Amino acid sequence: MSESILKLESINTYIDQFHILQKVNFEVKKGELTVLLGRNGAGKTTTLRTIMGLNPASAGTVTFKGENITKGAPYQIANKGIGYVPEDQGIFYDLTVGENMRVAMRHENDETKERLDWSLDLFPDLKRFWKKPAGQLSGGQKQMLAIARSFINETDLILIDEPSKGLAPVIVEAVIDAIEKIKDRTTVVLVEQNFSMAKRLGEKYYILDNGMTMHHGNMKDLEQNEELKRKYLGIG
Amino acid sequence: MMLKRMKLSTKVYLLIGLALAFLPFINDSRWFMFLMIQIFVFAIFAMSYDLLLGYTGIVSFGHAMFFGVGAYSAAIVMDRMEASFVSFLLGTLVAVLIGGFISFLAGMLTLKLKSHYYAMLTLALAGMFLYIAERWRSVTGGNDGFTFRIPELPGFLEEHRNFVIYLFCLLAMILLFFGMKRITESPLGRVLVGIRENDQRVESLGYRIMPYKVLISVISGMVASLSGVLYAISIRFVDTSVFDIQVTLDALMMTIIGGVGTLTGPIIGSAIINFSHHYLSDLANIHWIFQRWMILFGAIFILAVIFFPNGIVGTIQNKLAKRKTKKKQYDTTEKSLRKEGA
Repeated sequence: MSESILKLESINTYIDQFHILQKVNFEVKKGELTVLLGRNGAGKTTTLRTIMGLNPASAGTVTFKGENITKGAPYQIANKGIGYVPEDQGIFYDLTVGENMRVAMRHENDETKERLDWSLDLFPDLKRFWKKPAGQLSGGQKQMLAIARSFINETDLILIDEPSKGLAPVIVEAVIDAIEKIKDRTTVVLVEQNFSMAKRLGEKYYILDNGMTMHHGNMKDLEQNEELKRKYLGIG
Repeated sequence: MMLKRMKLSTKVYLLIGLALAFLPFINDSRWFMFLMIQIFVFAIFAMSYDLLLGYTGIVSFGHAMFFGVGAYSAAIVMDRMEASFVSFLLGTLVAVLIGGFISFLAGMLTLKLKSHYYAMLTLALAGMFLYIAERWRSVTGGNDGFTFRIPELPGFLEEHRNFVIYLFCLLAMILLFFGMKRITESPLGRVLVGIRENDQRVESLGYRIMPYKVLISVISGMVASLSGVLYAISIRFVDTSVFDIQVTLDALMMTIIGGVGTLTGPIIGSAIINFSHHYLSDLANIHWIFQRWMILFGAIFILAVIFFPNGIVGTIQNKLAKRKTKKKQYDTTEKSLRKEGA
């Protein structure tokens, strides 16, 4: 049985006066791709932001590779080996594709160079538009840049928030292919509303509803469970 | 060999700098040289403001504080000591160090918070320095200010003192321009642009953003103090007007008209504002309505913002980039059509 890389225990997070996450429990095993599912407003994005320290938890514990990172600042958490692709991609529009990649590359060494080459093989468009301002890329290319950027440093875990959002089906296919290759190299937590994408990529799932963990298990089991899908995901 | 390796833009900048150095040979009138010196001094000041606003997204309402501290530090040191190059160097050093220290303090106190706290604190500090300058008459001369001597130049240079100051300020502007350009094009500059666009994102990429913000605030404060030193030397006089909020607003206008985040923009903005100030005031001889030159300037400012929404340099850069992209797209389409035809 593979070891746990990330564990959230009884996480409570407030945004202003709103109690968004209410005792969220969540565990990710090394090398697996875990999908966070749930309706809009269920708390999926806040869960990722809490892990990253962007919306710190008011109670509970976040453990990464056996270390408590609950109170860590975002830069400290990122330096421990967690990459993050936010919902809005978070790329820097005024910088070129190359500059975006170089900003993300905190240290230039053989390891990051190898990762850069690997990313450019994975997303050849990034190589083509290397000198183009990132703001001029298409939606799909921006998503590819955001994913490649999160992977450029030595990363043990990548959190990806709704990578298929607003993309054409053909581009979603390319993103799925890329994430499949990334998951061979690292552990991934994926937030996704597109269930067909989630079931193709995910090995484990967690369902959040109203800021609480409602269900979890193997993705294959969820595929068969029509009632669960109807109840929490509105499909089936 | 070195010239060959230079970028085209660097060659153009150097050529313009060289042309400016020869300008006094065409027009050597006192007022023209004075006007050009003011342009160079305020270009340096506006560039330091651009470093904060344009590259890091930090708004300062009290940037005049650094300008004033620079002007007073140099003036007081040169006034108290004998006018010599040693006192000039010491005055400059004191000005830059105090400017750097104040910006470090202001940065440490507020840059962890949202940008408007920095704006408010710098405004308050500038007000405080203005008050001190007004009240501490024995040192600052109060509202009347004071004149001071600058070191005598060796040999025949003394006869061409204004020309030497002109060249000195021009050289300072060119060197500081290239220095700041180097910073903005370095990895540090890229992180700063990232902070301006999305500071949370930069933090989740693994950067502690506070030191970056403080560092750029210190560099900007030091450069602004240096412009204050040059200003004081150019007029050999200093009074409390150097702390006036109008000085900060001038830097803001120069940066916006020229182009935020371009460095060349503030230089152009400084030229436009200083020339407008001078020539629009002169029009008062033609008609009394021009006595209110600020009204005319306001109209020019509105037109500049309408026709150049990203500032003069920013708008031109955007248009050139769009044209380049269109040309590239056209070439690619033509290439593929030719391939299909073959």
